[in-house]
Amino acid sequence: MIPAKFDYVRAGSAAEAIAALGEHGDEAKLLAGGHSLLPLMKLRLATPAVLVDVGRLDDLRYIRDAGDQIAIGALTRHHDLETSDLLAEQCPMLRHVAHLVGDPQVRHRGTIGGSLAHADPASDLPAAVLALGGTLVARGPDGEREIAATEFFTGFLESALAGDELLTEIRVPKVPGAGWSYQKFNRRAQDWAIVGVAAVRNGTTGVALVNMGTTPLRATAVEEALAGGASAAEAAERADEGTEPTADLNASEEYRRHLARVLTRRALEEAGA
Amino acid sequence: MKVAVTVNGTKQEHEVEPRTLLVHYLREVVGLTGTNIGCDTSSCGACTVLLDGQSVKSCTVLAVQADGAEITTIEGLASDGQLHPMQEAFRQHHGLQCGYCTPGMVMAAVSLLDENPAPTEAEVREGLEGNLCRCTGYHNIVKAVLAAAEGAAS
Amino acid sequence: MTATETPAATTVLGSRLLRKEDPALLTGEGRYVDDLVVPGALWLGLVRSTVAHARVSVDVGPALDAPGVVAAFTGDDLLDAWAAPLPCAWPVTEDMKAPEHRPVAAGTACYVGDIVAVVVAESRAAARDAVEAVLVDYDELPAVVDLEEAAEDRVLVHEDLGTNRSYTWELTPDADAVERAFAEAAHTVSERYVQQRLIPAAMEPRGVVVVPAPHGGEYTVYSSTQIPHILKVMLAATTGVPEHKIRVIAPAVGGGFGSKLNVYAEEVLALALARKLGRPVRWTEERSEAAVATIQGRGQIQHIELAADAAGKVTAVRVRLLADLGAYLQLVTPGIPLLGAFLYHGVYDIPAYSFSCTGVFTTKTPTDAYRGAGRPEATYAIERAMDALAVEVGVDPAEIRRRNFIPTDAFPYSSAPGLVFDSGDYEPALARALEMVGYEELRAEQARRRESGSTAHLGVGISFYVEMCGLAPSRVLASLNFGAGGWEAATVRVLPTGMVQVVTGTSPHGQGHETSWSMIVADRLGVDPDHVEVLHSDTDVSPHGLDTYGSRSLAVGGTAVWHACEKVVAKARTIAAHQLEVAEEDLEFSGGQFQVRGSPDRAMPIQAVAFQAFLAHDLPEGMEPGLSAQVVWDPPNFTFPFGAHIAVVEVDEETGRVQLLRYVAVDDCGNQVNPLIVEGQVHGGILQGVAQALWEEAAYDGDGNLRSATLADYLVPSAAEAPSYELDHTVTPSPTNPMGVKGVGEAGTIGAAPAVMNAIVDALSPLGVTDIDMPASPHRVWSAIRAAKEAQQ
Repeated sequence: MIPAKFDYVRAGSAAEAIAALGEHGDEAKLLAGGHSLLPLMKLRLATPAVLVDVGRLDDLRYIRDAGDQIAIGALTRHHDLETSDLLAEQCPMLRHVAHLVGDPQVRHRGTIGGSLAHADPASDLPAAVLALGGTLVARGPDGEREIAATEFFTGFLESALAGDELLTEIRVPKVPGAGWSYQKFNRRAQDWAIVGVAAVRNGTTGVALVNMGTTPLRATAVEEALAGGASAAEAAERADEGTEPTADLNASEEYRRHLARVLTRRALEEAGA
Repeated sequence: MKVAVTVNGTKQEHEVEPRTLLVHYLREVVGLTGTNIGCDTSSCGACTVLLDGQSVKSCTVLAVQADGAEITTIEGLASDGQLHPMQEAFRQHHGLQCGYCTPGMVMAAVSLLDENPAPTEAEVREGLEGNLCRCTGYHNIVKAVLAAAEGAAS
Repeated sequence: MTATETPAATTVLGSRLLRKEDPALLTGEGRYVDDLVVPGALWLGLVRSTVAHARVSVDVGPALDAPGVVAAFTGDDLLDAWAAPLPCAWPVTEDMKAPEHRPVAAGTACYVGDIVAVVVAESRAAARDAVEAVLVDYDELPAVVDLEEAAEDRVLVHEDLGTNRSYTWELTPDADAVERAFAEAAHTVSERYVQQRLIPAAMEPRGVVVVPAPHGGEYTVYSSTQIPHILKVMLAATTGVPEHKIRVIAPAVGGGFGSKLNVYAEEVLALALARKLGRPVRWTEERSEAAVATIQGRGQIQHIELAADAAGKVTAVRVRLLADLGAYLQLVTPGIPLLGAFLYHGVYDIPAYSFSCTGVFTTKTPTDAYRGAGRPEATYAIERAMDALAVEVGVDPAEIRRRNFIPTDAFPYSSAPGLVFDSGDYEPALARALEMVGYEELRAEQARRRESGSTAHLGVGISFYVEMCGLAPSRVLASLNFGAGGWEAATVRVLPTGMVQVVTGTSPHGQGHETSWSMIVADRLGVDPDHVEVLHSDTDVSPHGLDTYGSRSLAVGGTAVWHACEKVVAKARTIAAHQLEVAEEDLEFSGGQFQVRGSPDRAMPIQAVAFQAFLAHDLPEGMEPGLSAQVVWDPPNFTFPFGAHIAVVEVDEETGRVQLLRYVAVDDCGNQVNPLIVEGQVHGGILQGVAQALWEEAAYDGDGNLRSATLADYLVPSAAEAPSYELDHTVTPSPTNPMGVKGVGEAGTIGAAPAVMNAIVDALSPLGVTDIDMPASPHRVWSAIRAAKEAQQ
């Protein structure tokens, strides 16, 4: 219940945060909403020597119309997403998925940037951004770069962010009127998904899987099957292709594969694919 | 590290270790022990307080993160000896037994109605998904929150 | 409004009076152990084994060097601190095997969580940091996790005991009758059920603060306990501090459900170290620590067989249990299965009975009382088996129950295992529950869905429970070798101003005794319930008591209050008669007034009597001043509440997800003192039973590691998962106490798990599913469906 001691750096700007990361290297962790990191620290499963608090960078808290995309500041909280009128119009799936993260208290504090940067395969928002074909913007000492969501998740709790990079913005395409579905399968409302499936149909169909491997995954076999004219049911049969789900208290590997197929079919049907 | 916050309308300023959780700060430094601790994984919601008007789990916020914020705890709800309408609704509908989850549950319910003044039963249940109670089976808690919403509307 | 309304004293019993406890709890004024401000207190940090079974060598040296650390001890360091090991008060058989259980293990750790060292530091954080600094070297021994394997003794938990089998306890009044019944049976069923281990998870974790008065040698112990009185005796026994120098206070306690009905290592350690160090010592449990450090519940493998005639009338029940004791015997660990041992025939008139239970050690956290304690397990087995019998005989589950109910005219009913059921009337409760749920329509809907080939399977599950509660007649406890009596004490004092103090030996932690006892006093003495204060949970204020567990408080402790009121009224009557100069027989007492019959203007309120008793200016010759009475009530029998519970579920064949659509309960706890409180107990009880059926499991891996140690992994349900309960009740008063009350604290939990599981099995019966282990997780349900389909191919 009591984290190990650490040094605390409060960043007054993105540049300060990036500089602090550069200074402290691997010893430092970024703190945004804290709802991924602090629970680990309370159990001493994470013991960073330095916390760089970016929670006050209000200039990174926004949901903006950016032409054919929606631009979302990394410090935007889940509660901002779940109540956004702009998202309701232009990207209702993201709004809905944000509403299913954790519980209201978590959504009041947790941020989309924190959720994506933590890169937890069991998280809801990474899969949503993957299915939408989003883009992430990272800022480092040498300026900004864009990273496709499909390139972002590199390993278990690992992302393409360099040690001295800060995720600043998430961009998702405007998809008004697109069919979509998010199937979250869990045992209690507040829990992580045992398996989840995000599907969005906007010309082609994007499908992403939650908790089916070490990273959030794009269900490429399903997408290909659909592109090749397969029915939703046929395509869904390929949902677990290329996945490496783990076994835990809630599911065996085999059950996860089964759930992925069932939930993908339901998602595709609901999305009208 | 210095932390300055307003708790239930009173300004507080203290020196704390950065690792001090907001809940420990409120209980042990400010001395307001109404906010309880029921778990160590941000699951149970017993420590729920309002941070700048929104419900948060004070076990998952560092005191230093709350620097400059307005905090309302269970002690700040009743005024002039009168229970807050949510507290009164919990009493009228027997929405508590051992009372340990109650401060957090009441604060979560206050925040819920602030965001959704006329919730359905299902919305109340979902809105309290982050607060665990082991005594009541939730039946009377849900009734109390619905009654508080109705009372506020009438 | 023209007048202040005061409740008429004669109607307060049975009213929905709002709880007195609530305003403090609702405003954050409730003071739980961790809320207490104790200047100068030292904090304990407990180093717990991370290995299920190992010889340990511990080096506390590095912790002693850590900032803020005052002392640190290994088990060996403290061997001379104990006058006796941690107590087990229920040696169920003469030859029961019990390992020595020290607060800090010396040499060998026997479960993950076993304390191997203790650090003492100036702050909570310093203690937590110092725990990390202690070096523990584990020489691993094999873990013994599976209950049936443990019973085979291939690997021993305690080498010196020579076996993992602690005891075998048998109850077979007529073995020949049982054999005959099975030989002659037209139908038999034989079922195996697993009661998974549960974590009680009271929302307040445990805590203890010990404040010494070094020069007087006295100790005040604040503990989050259900049993301050029993704890005081046991602290004296384990530490050697004389009992009269120990005061135990249970402040506000945030739920217990049996888990705080114990004497824990941390309580004993805090006292021993406060004595050793001469300073206040405190400890507050963390949640993931509680998962291994606080007792767990259930943990049984049950074999139940029924013999029945052609019509499905059950003629014999035979039960064989293995009970998972865990690594050590806590306060009443071995006796828990015995609390159900007499109830495996349920509400049915079954003439031949055989029960046997073997308690087995495993390298896991000790088990002990958890809501219902033995009775939910018994009810589960018989109610699941009755459904299996209904399938075997080919009749409806409601009908098989009706054919076997103990008939109403058979009460008081002498059961085959030897109890006398006080009262019961089962058919109306079942009929009402069936009516409320719309049983016939549900069956029709179920048939329609099955015909349509729907994969959303509808299931209806009935369970009908009876429990023995109101623990208990002391001589019956003696016959079970229980190490205490079952009486309860109460004192009622009418103060000079007419206000009333009640001192009770019960120790509430959510049950609302302050409200209910006030109502009893209000009813008996004719006073305003707000003029009654209930004092409890402090052994200096309330020296006599046996505390709160086993749905005993109202039937035993409340009855003691009732009798104490009667004694007060009797004394007051003598005084009033003396003052009014009439014969006692000429006085009528009602509404708080002693009224001279036939003379409406001659009366004396009990408040005036109390003042006269205080003045003592003019009392009858030889009478002691003051108006108070103490009663110690030892009940003549248990009480036997009962009820019909019906669950309606929908099971998604594709994913295995179970959705609890409806829950109907018709309970009978005799007369109700406060229906508001009764309903609250039933609601919460039901959800704990439903949670056993659907969500909760203390899951261990093969190495003895608890995999569900946090509330993120141990699935205590929230409001979002809970159903809305549809309740009604019948009233069959108990003849064994004057209020006709029975007790309701455990009823919901006892009824719920079998109702839900019967509903799930009912839903899936067309697919060939006949049993699913609890909790019926989606994965487990899906696996059962798949296995059944494969078996049918």
